[in-house]
Amino acid sequence: MIRSFRALLIRDLKLAARVGGSGMMGLIFFLTIVTLMPFALGPDLNLLSRIGPAILWIAALLATLIGLDRLFQADQEDGSLDLLRLAPVPMEVVVLAKVAAHWLVTGLPLAIAAPFLGLLVALTPDAMLAMVVTLLVGTPALTFIGAIGAALTASLRRGGLILAILVLPFMIPTLIFGVSAANAALGGTVPFATPFLILVALSLIAAVVGTVGAAAALRSGES
Amino acid sequence: MRLDVQNLACDRGERRIFNAVSFALAPGDALVVTGRNGAGKSSLLDILAGRLEPASGTVRLSRSGDRSLPECLHYIGHRDALKAALTTEENLTFARDFLGDPALPAHAALEAVGLAHAAALPVGYLSAGQRRRIALARLLVAHRPLWLLDEPTSALDAASQDMLFGLMERHRADGGIIVATTHAPLALKDAKEIRIERAPVPSSLAGEGS
Repeated sequence: MIRSFRALLIRDLKLAARVGGSGMMGLIFFLTIVTLMPFALGPDLNLLSRIGPAILWIAALLATLIGLDRLFQADQEDGSLDLLRLAPVPMEVVVLAKVAAHWLVTGLPLAIAAPFLGLLVALTPDAMLAMVVTLLVGTPALTFIGAIGAALTASLRRGGLILAILVLPFMIPTLIFGVSAANAALGGTVPFATPFLILVALSLIAAVVGTVGAAAALRSGES
Repeated sequence: MRLDVQNLACDRGERRIFNAVSFALAPGDALVVTGRNGAGKSSLLDILAGRLEPASGTVRLSRSGDRSLPECLHYIGHRDALKAALTTEENLTFARDFLGDPALPAHAALEAVGLAHAAALPVGYLSAGQRRRIALARLLVAHRPLWLLDEPTSALDAASQDMLFGLMERHRADGGIIVATTHAPLALKDAKEIRIERAPVPSSLAGEGS
């Protein structure tokens, strides 16, 4: 089981590195959105640093969607999905390996890049640290929720747009608690741990529901 | 292992494609499935691969230990299931590690299909026939008793077809089972043959489908 999981994880990481990868695109998209914000809002540093965590979270959420539509679609198109179905492991393990690889090349770079982009929206060092921690914990939830949509739209030609419409509503709780945890770290009446622990819980729930849901969607999409 | 198929029927989109297909395969057997375009040859393989639910009938696997049907088979379909960005060797190494029960290492399998020189080339650079040979090399990197081959000779030149028949005969000699769909005659020794016919459709307006 570990062998199959590792083989698939390594294959997907290699593919991401090889074709230019969706990770790089997501990161550049993230940068673009965050850069646009000061242009739209004007150079009011107080305003920017107050809404900075929200900007970064929305940008991260949209950047996560980039490339998510290809998560299973690429395998569906070239027949690899048929090969993955012959695995000596349950479909859930296949989904888990693919989602883990996808998060490593999209979610993780977003979290790591957050401090640098935080400079653009005048975040304090404390806020940058809070952004890294909340994105690190919160982006897996986004990827797992997105995996269900990606599995459902795997066989659709223009699945990307439908995918976004399908999964964005389900990402709202993650967004709410991600932003409120980042804001709580900067002060306020709510202690940091309260929204942060809910964010952790959301990620854990999404990991279970996303894995099982995406595997079920892939199985039912067989015929 | 043994494969018993009883009275299989298949529906695609509310239409009966074929019915009353029965056969039994023991180690060393080969079954050649023929039929018109759209008769349901690929659908039969999909059912055997456990990917499509039959409308009626049963597929029974016996003496396979505790392994389920998908874990006992190789499936080579129309799409080669290769990643264009990875090299041929990486593709095969992935299949070997992923499918479990490893047999030949990737470079030996490439040698067997005559593509050892292409080991470090990305699959995207290869021709359709070469890609098909890489897909066939996957049969050799993991040991699986049942081979399901959907038109295995398509895109292959005469020499590669001979190579394929050699692989198939060796697999049968080792106690494997082969089910292959084909249009061209396959030079397999005493293979069973089954012809899939479209189930009679009451209306004469019924068109071609797949």
